Amino acid sequence: MHKPFILLVDDETSFIETMSKRLQKREFTVMTAASGQEALEVMRANRHLDVVVLDVKMPGMDGIETLQEIKKAFPLTEVIMLTGHATIESAIDGMKTGAFDYLMKPCDIEQLVAKVMEAGRKKQEHAQRMEQAQLEKLMSTKGI
Amino acid sequence: MESSTDVARREPGVQGKPGREQTDAYYSLLTRRLILTVIVVSFTPMIMVIAILLHQFHASYHEKTYAHLNEVVLKHKQNIDTFLKEKLANIHELTITTPVMTLSDKMLLERELQNLKTAYGDVFVDLGVVDATGRQATYAGPYQLDKAFYGDAAWFQKAISQFYYVSDVFTGLRGSPHFIITVRRYVNDVPWVIRATIDFKAFNTLVENLRLGRTGFAFIINRNGEFQTRPPLGGLSEDIRYEEITARLSKSHEKVLIFEQKDPSGSKNIYAVAGLKDNNWLLVLRQEKKDAFSEFNRMAQIAGLIFALGGMGIIIMAVLLSRRMVRRIQKADSETQTLNQQVIETGKLASVGELAAGIAHEINNPVAIMVEEAGWIGDLLEEEEFSENANLEEMRRAITQIATQGRRCKEITHKLLSFARKTDSTIKDVQLNELISEIVQLSGQMAKSSKITITTDLTPDLPYVTLSPSEMQQVMLNLINNAMDAMEKSGGAIHISTKMSKLEKDHIVIVVEDTGPGIPESNLPFIFNPFFTTKPVGKGTGLGLSICYGIVEKMGGKIDVTSKVGEGTRFRVWIPYQQPEPK
Repeated sequence: MHKPFILLVDDETSFIETMSKRLQKREFTVMTAASGQEALEVMRANRHLDVVVLDVKMPGMDGIETLQEIKKAFPLTEVIMLTGHATIESAIDGMKTGAFDYLMKPCDIEQLVAKVMEAGRKKQEHAQRMEQAQLEKLMSTKGI
Repeated sequence: MESSTDVARREPGVQGKPGREQTDAYYSLLTRRLILTVIVVSFTPMIMVIAILLHQFHASYHEKTYAHLNEVVLKHKQNIDTFLKEKLANIHELTITTPVMTLSDKMLLERELQNLKTAYGDVFVDLGVVDATGRQATYAGPYQLDKAFYGDAAWFQKAISQFYYVSDVFTGLRGSPHFIITVRRYVNDVPWVIRATIDFKAFNTLVENLRLGRTGFAFIINRNGEFQTRPPLGGLSEDIRYEEITARLSKSHEKVLIFEQKDPSGSKNIYAVAGLKDNNWLLVLRQEKKDAFSEFNRMAQIAGLIFALGGMGIIIMAVLLSRRMVRRIQKADSETQTLNQQVIETGKLASVGELAAGIAHEINNPVAIMVEEAGWIGDLLEEEEFSENANLEEMRRAITQIATQGRRCKEITHKLLSFARKTDSTIKDVQLNELISEIVQLSGQMAKSSKITITTDLTPDLPYVTLSPSEMQQVMLNLINNAMDAMEKSGGAIHISTKMSKLEKDHIVIVVEDTGPGIPESNLPFIFNPFFTTKPVGKGTGLGLSICYGIVEKMGGKIDVTSKVGEGTRFRVWIPYQQPEPK
């Protein structure tokens, strides 16, 4: 499968930039956003986003809120939570709200890549199954 | 796994020192103040009451004493005055009813004397008729005084020149106190004196026998200070200011004059004085003031004694009570100090915790960035242009080192954060099985990568426990992570089970056992101690189990460990639950 289209969301811009460069070197397409609001805007403009890597602690709209909004508007997109401090509660909250998984900062690039690939796979599977279901529905109504 | 080792508990910590105590001087001052206050408050009313009562008592006693003296002297004065008047009247009547010449007849005179004696008792001793020259013409009486000559006698001088005369008391020829009453009658312009001797013994005895208290003594003196009755023992050392007294007596309308005077020896005496025989005599009743007021003095002494004893009692009690009170205050103060210290320490700890949490969080981000940048360099080194570089290996190694150290920072800050943060302690009703399942899921990934299997055996329908879920999660995570750390290299199995405890009533027991290397017996007593770790430097903080211990104890539960080297380790956590309410 193709490498997932990634959106990195974190208010630490230097972190995001370096991460983005490294991911791009590994042939991922990466976009960045510095806040929850920006992230939603980018997602509205780019419908093919597969995976969002989301920092939990951000000023303004924090990670969990952003996650909720993403799941409402773009339910298929998988979200991986990045937490800079070991708040188990937010990780579990995140999982309950629908995050795919969580990682602790600083994270190993290989770990991140593995997670992203997993998330991407899941998204693809879901998307395919949805398409299939829609197709079947279409076929049955047409009576073919 | 056999449990061959003892259950381990945390070693007791070091006792905190109590805070700085107030100086001893402060407490001494407090004690003294307290004693003083108690004494003043107790003494003041006592003194006031005693003073007022004594004063009143003294005043009324004084009045009473004086009144008594007054009465006594007055009564005696009246008796004596009446007596004198009466006797004079008797003689006078005699001279009126019987002419002088008739009286000159001895037989008649004797008969008159008898009459008088019959009527008035032996008070009348004798009768005599004395002519103008002083010769006793007729005499009736027990003595041989016919024709006695009184011409030179002082009394005769007086008698012949006054209508009547009452003499002073004299012992006279007979050795007992007498006085004479004379009445002068003219016969054919020639004065004759009818004389009667009155026995004063009775009155003398009366006056002499007048006793008051111990030193109360009465006597009669004349203008010249000559005693008419027996003088007091030891005589009269003081001056009786006769004129002054008589002057005062006539000025006031009182018949008795009472005053105080000091005698030469320094003792104060009370005098009750009344005039007799037209103030020619003074009836003096003298008593030592001390004696007169003896009863009062005794009362005052008793009061003084009571005061002294009571006062001592008060002082002793004040001292004892104050000391005890201050000692108690001291203890309370030091307890407060200790408590304050504890509060301050806790506060310090809390703010240190917050500080630590803040710092840890702040450090994470820069560290993350550093690690990323290092990683980026690593990526760039993969470019073709570096492949021939002699230093390539060295650079790669350096990059790896940066990444490793970065990871180490991360672990330290994470551990620090979990130790220092204010755990979200919201108490909820929790289903332990659910909570444990979540944690197992969370740890699932890490476990898989380390070739560790986690299995669970959770007894269904366990009662709810009321505790802080985040704290419980922390405990479980710690135990599981420890097990995983121990079996990192070799892999193994972790088994978690929950059930109703048989050993502890109303407790659920959670058992976390692993097939790891086990804990040496020598380490077992220390594993719950803070900062105790067997991990290499940088790998562990030694805080995990001490956090668990603290949390479990706070919940009212227990935690213990059993381990055998080579076989594995088993942790058991007992959590109390409330009797399930019907839901």
